[in-house]
Amino acid sequence: MTPIIEVKNIKKRFKKQLVLDSVSIEVQPGSIYALLGANGAGKSTLLKIITGLLDSDQGNVLVNNLTVTKDLHQVQQLFSFSAQTSSVDDILTGYENLVLIAKLRHVAHPKQLALDLLAQFKLTDAAKKRVADYSGGMRRRLDLAMSLVGNPEILFLDEPTTGLDPSSRNDLWQTIRELKSQGKTIFLTTQYLEEADQLADKIGFLGEGKIIATGTPSEMKHLAGSEKLQLIFLTSEQLAQAQTLLTDFKVQLIDEVSINVELPDSMQSVLKILHLLSTNEIEPNTFQVTSPTLDDVFLKLTKGASL
Amino acid sequence: MTFITDTFTLAGRLIKHNLRSLDTIITVILMPIMLLLLMVYLFGGSIEIPGVSHAEYVNYVLPGILLMTIATGSAYTALRINTDKLSGMFDRFKSLPISKSAVLNGQAVASVIFMMTSTLIVLLVGFLIGFRSQANFAEWGLAILILMGFALAITWLSVPFALAAKSVDGASAFSYLVLILLFISSAFVPVTGMPKVIQVFAENQPVTHIIQAIRQLLTAQPIGNHGWIALAWIVAITLISYLLGTRIYRHV
Ligand SMILES: Nc1ncnc2c1ncn2[C@@H]1O[C@H](COP(=O)(O)OP(=O)(O)OP(=O)(O)O)[C@@H](O)[C@H]1O
Ligand SMILES: [Mg+2]
Repeated sequence: MTPIIEVKNIKKRFKKQLVLDSVSIEVQPGSIYALLGANGAGKSTLLKIITGLLDSDQGNVLVNNLTVTKDLHQVQQLFSFSAQTSSVDDILTGYENLVLIAKLRHVAHPKQLALDLLAQFKLTDAAKKRVADYSGGMRRRLDLAMSLVGNPEILFLDEPTTGLDPSSRNDLWQTIRELKSQGKTIFLTTQYLEEADQLADKIGFLGEGKIIATGTPSEMKHLAGSEKLQLIFLTSEQLAQAQTLLTDFKVQLIDEVSINVELPDSMQSVLKILHLLSTNEIEPNTFQVTSPTLDDVFLKLTKGASL
Repeated sequence: MTFITDTFTLAGRLIKHNLRSLDTIITVILMPIMLLLLMVYLFGGSIEIPGVSHAEYVNYVLPGILLMTIATGSAYTALRINTDKLSGMFDRFKSLPISKSAVLNGQAVASVIFMMTSTLIVLLVGFLIGFRSQANFAEWGLAILILMGFALAITWLSVPFALAAKSVDGASAFSYLVLILLFISSAFVPVTGMPKVIQVFAENQPVTHIIQAIRQLLTAQPIGNHGWIALAWIVAITLISYLLGTRIYRHV
């Protein structure tokens, strides 16, 4: 299949700082692509270049085989862009925000569409309230609703869930999955490996201005290393005993009383380890499961040139 | 065609902003009205202007007060533009398939409407405290056109400042510039009493010509060259600011 978005060798410099260094990405139609990267990695910059808001120094972007810089007006019919700051108008109501965008997109029945979208995003009750009084989750939903006006094929979402509580985030993930099932192509950015894992068909890891790794979520997680169980004991004798019991696992010593145990298959292994310890009457003082963070991936990818 | 409807859709949004923050209109008209009252009731009595009696001082000072209303209004124009830039609204609008210039033009339309509404309120207050004009219909029409021209010029002048400013406070600071020009003009006292160097500047700067033109029109007197010079300034300021503003807009 030919990709619907092709980013080719994009370079961008702000004064002396090289922010993007030959970034190339391909996104298949109907898929979710997650651009993963830490603060300041250049995610928003890349998104602005892809959507034609910012010029690149080198390279080009094709959307549906149209060059963004040349055929911007045509390309703009195909996509919508939700900026990181969730750009909604605080002084207008949710309804008025949607009508505004609907009129600017010249849809046939702006008011009816606004009402439909409010219902779809569970905002009907807040339709007549000013957006300034909305919660963070409601703002994000409105923002996404505004992006759906005119039914664009491609959605660009810059950190759509940053600042949301876990339940709002889950709701938004669900909505994004539904949009995908309707055939939309979604290009989103995130700082969370977990989010990319939950949503994406393909993940690109942006670090130091380059795509330093790319693959499916399971490939990326593999790169990141597995989850770890941290065990803290009361005495070093307990720890020594535990070590002899856990010879089947990869164990790292942290200090005299604590160890990290790598978990090949997360929950299963935790149960196995705790069971093993308790049947031998060794009780850890505290324990905790830690997932590999973006920093771990980053360190691993930038240190080990083994890719 | 869609360019015009888009402009008015975008202006409509900002008119809603203005209607919903009535305090902005009050702040905008408060200072000019206070100054009008101060000048007329406190200082007017001690200002001697050849050919203008103390009772007629309100007629002398009102044109300057109207320009001041427009100048204070421009602080809000700058504020709205800067807020849209910082909040990412411009990014949203720019990513829509609409004409590039509709966004700033919408700002300009809303701004001129807002300024002219404030000016009308201040004009009514002027009438209440004794302002009278012998101007005929055509002279009133011309005076209002010049006021609108000034509003348009100051609106566009605010655009590059508002777009370049990193904060909302910085954005509105430029309106002080216009206020200073007002004080160093014939708005409140004739320029003849000013120190020589300042006088030369005051006589030739745009605000003086604009005030003189409006003042002459409203007192039904010939406007001499002031009308043309005022027009030239208005066109020049609008054009240069427009070119500069739209250029900066492309890169914010
Ligand atoms: N307009 C600009 N002028 C100068 N430098 C900029 C500009 N925009 C971004 N940068 C710099 O480019 C780098 C990348 O910024 P960008 O906003 O793209 O990162 P990001 O990955 O989106 O980060 P975040 O997760 O914080 O949103 C940063 O170092 C930033 O300071
Ligand atoms: Mg960003």
